[in-house]
Amino acid sequence: MTASTETKERNYPAPSVNLETEAYWAAANEGKLLMKKCNGCGKTHFFPRAICPHCQSNDTAWYEASGKGVIYSYSVMRRGDTPYAIAYVTVDEGITMMTNIVDCDYDALAVGQAVEVTFRQSDGDQAIPVFRPV
Amino acid sequence: MSRTSKAYIAGIYEHPTRKAVDQTIPQLHAESAIGALADAGLTMADVDGYFCAGDAPGLGGISMAEYMGLDLKYTDSTETGGSSYVIHVGHAVNAIAMGKCSVALITLAGRPRAEGVATLGARDYGSVLPELGFEAPYGPVVTNQYGMAAMRHMHQYGTTSEQLAWIKVAASHHAQHNELALLQKVVTVEDVVNSPMISDPLHRLDCCVITDGGGALVIVSPEIAKTLGDRCVKILGHGEHIKHLNAGQVDITYTGAVRSGPIAFEEANLTPGDMDYVSIYDSFTITVLETLEDLGFCEKGEGGKFVSDGNLISGVGKLPFNTDGGGLCNNHPTNRGGITKVIEAARQLRGEAHPKVQVPDCTLALAHGTGGSIATRMGSSTVIMGRNDA
Ligand SMILES: [Zn+2]
Repeated sequence: MTASTETKERNYPAPSVNLETEAYWAAANEGKLLMKKCNGCGKTHFFPRAICPHCQSNDTAWYEASGKGVIYSYSVMRRGDTPYAIAYVTVDEGITMMTNIVDCDYDALAVGQAVEVTFRQSDGDQAIPVFRPV
Repeated sequence: MSRTSKAYIAGIYEHPTRKAVDQTIPQLHAESAIGALADAGLTMADVDGYFCAGDAPGLGGISMAEYMGLDLKYTDSTETGGSSYVIHVGHAVNAIAMGKCSVALITLAGRPRAEGVATLGARDYGSVLPELGFEAPYGPVVTNQYGMAAMRHMHQYGTTSEQLAWIKVAASHHAQHNELALLQKVVTVEDVVNSPMISDPLHRLDCCVITDGGGALVIVSPEIAKTLGDRCVKILGHGEHIKHLNAGQVDITYTGAVRSGPIAFEEANLTPGDMDYVSIYDSFTITVLETLEDLGFCEKGEGGKFVSDGNLISGVGKLPFNTDGGGLCNNHPTNRGGITKVIEAARQLRGEAHPKVQVPDCTLALAHGTGGSIATRMGSSTVIMGRNDA
């Protein structure tokens, strides 16, 4: 768990965890990013669900993602106490997920920039995946 | 030319308040309803269908029906945020065409300013939302979500902040003539791009106003419209669509208008080129830009060029839009602007817009609503309207 010493970061609200997603969050606490793939149609979907949104199969399975991706889009919130970068990252597994970009110069972010997953503690001791420039 | 219309807009009312310190939310709904019914020449006793969204207190329309003393045989509380009321227009037309009701009332009201509700915080719709855990920790608020949409549009199509600014400039040119508008000062492209950065690349003046208030619409059957005179406006087509993140195949450079628009145009048997005036939901400048492209007023990616140089200013450009000043300058009651879009389009078709912004011989118009977020999931609705003799 690398907390940036250079930049003050905002507090991350704890995610809501439910029966369909508890494995994702348990893995995050071990520093792993999981994806959900459907054994029926073979496609990965996001956010992870018990029922595949592509083919409606209930035969879906977890697998560990590479943690690599590129920034699809981002926006740095300049108002409020602590600036932060919200982003969509397209991971190598082919889906695009909402996240934050950390350990970075907010003025040097770019669409298409390569990033990798890292983790932050949210309120309530749950780790959440975020991304940082490679 | 006389086009067939299954229902008419007979009454419109935009509540004049922009900060409602002395009124409750039910009261604002009722005042709006009374205003629209009076405008139509009808009363509460004539209403047999009621349409409202999540801003109405209570379960669907139940509590407001009681408060206003309505005697109903049809109700619909479709909730798609700011686009709800544009969807309600389409649903009211369907209900009337099916003979389920003949006088449909649609209301919206709220008082976020009086109640000091910040819009900066993440929205809480409850922990059962399936997507919540995968978004809320990252601080998605309205401004940074729309910021991401603008950022991607700029990356993909070369759209610039100056081009987005023209949308605000056009709205401000119209708002100077609206004595009720929250912001009546004409601004320049420089004013917009030099206003404080809120969330890249959106500046303060790329954002809509926050206002209290409300509005109401009365939709009636053709038989009743005949008795009410030629201020009734034809409803010629309606389309709606829910666009979402599509299992992670994300593209936030377009909106649900890509589907709602063509459906509405097809029903009306009209094209974008036929429109004399458009009301486009304008929570942010980028909302307008993407929507105009998606509705087919220009090629995808050409929106920046299209909105530049005053092209949206009435009397100056080719496509006059939001002549009341829109959500960007006039009014965005309770953070839901859909109803004001229909109201200003109806004013234009009646020839009752402010003389300085009235489109000459305005015969055909479009009103479009966007609810939710263009960077995640949204409800979109398009209504095509025509003058009484269109
Ligand atoms: Zn599947």
